[in-house]
Amino acid sequence: MKKLSALALLFAFCACLPGEAFAADGGRPSILGALWKWAPLLLSGFAFNLLISVLAMALGTVLGAVLGLGLVAPSSGLRRTSHAATQFFRNAPWLVLLFFCMYLMPFEFVVGGAVVPFPGWVKAVIGFALPVMANTAEIVRGAVQSIPPAQWEAAESLSFTRRQTLWMVILPQCVKRMLPSWMNLYSLVTMATSLASVVGVSEMLTLTADALAAEGGRTDLMAPFYGFVLFCFFVYCYPIGVWTRRLEARYAVK
Amino acid sequence: MIKIPSTFPSPPAWTPDHPIVRVSQVYKSFGETQVLKGVSMSVMKGEAVCIVGPSGSGKSTLLRTINALVPIDAGSVVVEGQEVCDPELDKLQLRRKVGMVFQQYNLFPHMTALQNVMIAPIKVLGQDKAEVEARARALLRKVRLEDKADRHPGELSGGQQQRVAIARSLAMTPDIMLFDEVTAALDPETVKEVLVTIRELAEEGMTCLLVTHEMGFAREVADHVYFTDHGVIVEHAPPAQFFGEAKDPRTRAFLSQVL
Repeated sequence: MKKLSALALLFAFCACLPGEAFAADGGRPSILGALWKWAPLLLSGFAFNLLISVLAMALGTVLGAVLGLGLVAPSSGLRRTSHAATQFFRNAPWLVLLFFCMYLMPFEFVVGGAVVPFPGWVKAVIGFALPVMANTAEIVRGAVQSIPPAQWEAAESLSFTRRQTLWMVILPQCVKRMLPSWMNLYSLVTMATSLASVVGVSEMLTLTADALAAEGGRTDLMAPFYGFVLFCFFVYCYPIGVWTRRLEARYAVK
Repeated sequence: MIKIPSTFPSPPAWTPDHPIVRVSQVYKSFGETQVLKGVSMSVMKGEAVCIVGPSGSGKSTLLRTINALVPIDAGSVVVEGQEVCDPELDKLQLRRKVGMVFQQYNLFPHMTALQNVMIAPIKVLGQDKAEVEARARALLRKVRLEDKADRHPGELSGGQQQRVAIARSLAMTPDIMLFDEVTAALDPETVKEVLVTIRELAEEGMTCLLVTHEMGFAREVADHVYFTDHGVIVEHAPPAQFFGEAKDPRTRAFLSQVL
């Protein structure tokens, strides 16, 4: 089913290529020839997108879990602070956060006399981790609050402390409930990593523009090259979506 | 840490000739609604006490004041000589002595029946895992569910879940057991298996406080029956007297509806 959809998309992609796609024209390589030549570079760029997405998701999830626990904390001060932080980063456009991180942070640190570079892609990871953090916090809060209060009461009557109840009774039940939304968030982050091209990170979209420039700005290459980028993201994100829906269906029963 | 002087006198050592639970003049409101309006009752060790009455008469709230799940507004609740409302009271210590079973079982759905029974003694009391497992298996055998030890609550019937919940409470070796309408959510055919379990407990001498609608059970098992209505205890008596010759017209009206 998955393979079939991907094949169908590849077929549609080839079908929209112009007639001369498969034939070399004079000294110029054919469209597919050019794509073939540049594909390794473009795919290495895509691997970079994935690296950024995984790191941003990991960092954002850890921070978001902490922030989410703040949202359900018994202390109202902690709750309000966490709420303010969550709402701020949830309602910020991702691209603006990215710019903000790019220009807020220095390009290098000096640690004990040694200069430690702080490359743009690391800033991009942080920039994407911020909205991930805020959205994860909301997912955690929603899941914790979706557990029936009777579970708290039962644990309380067995002499559990609040912390024990949270870690042993509530959170283990939350993991299943959080998984679909969290995976959905991951696929949004993966797609958003292409925004990093705007701030000069050499990810797939940036490299595609570079490759097109190196080919002398041939207009017939534009659509196929960008189509290839779309295709790569689709092949990666679509199965995640399918898997997410399957998990949702499975957990909806219980 | 600065010790705040307590307004409560230090508790005298409790002896079994005193009530194990003594509730006096307890008041409790939820917002505007007054749920308990000066309720008093006392229970001796080893007694089985049933609290009956119409829905919304404050029965469940009364039960929850005994293990401090619901804080009270005024009055006093004394369990084994300890004032429950003392701000210095270690609530966790109290709850180790008082087990509670709920209408909706409230088992932990991500654990097997055995794990449900084992978790509190291991994590709260810090007891040895092997020793707790042996005791948990014995408790499951006692509630006739030893063959379901590795099932999750979702795979068990309501009656089976409720018996696991009873075993889970017993694993903490409480002195008192509270049962809050534990058969109200069950299919009629599984009510009996749960009642049999509770009856055995009462016969073994466990102090049991039950909020229940099972009048037949109250008549046969209880040492004493309390009738609550609109936040007050209207009357209480041994079951023969309570069911045979109730004095208050409200009790008689209620009994004529449910019997």
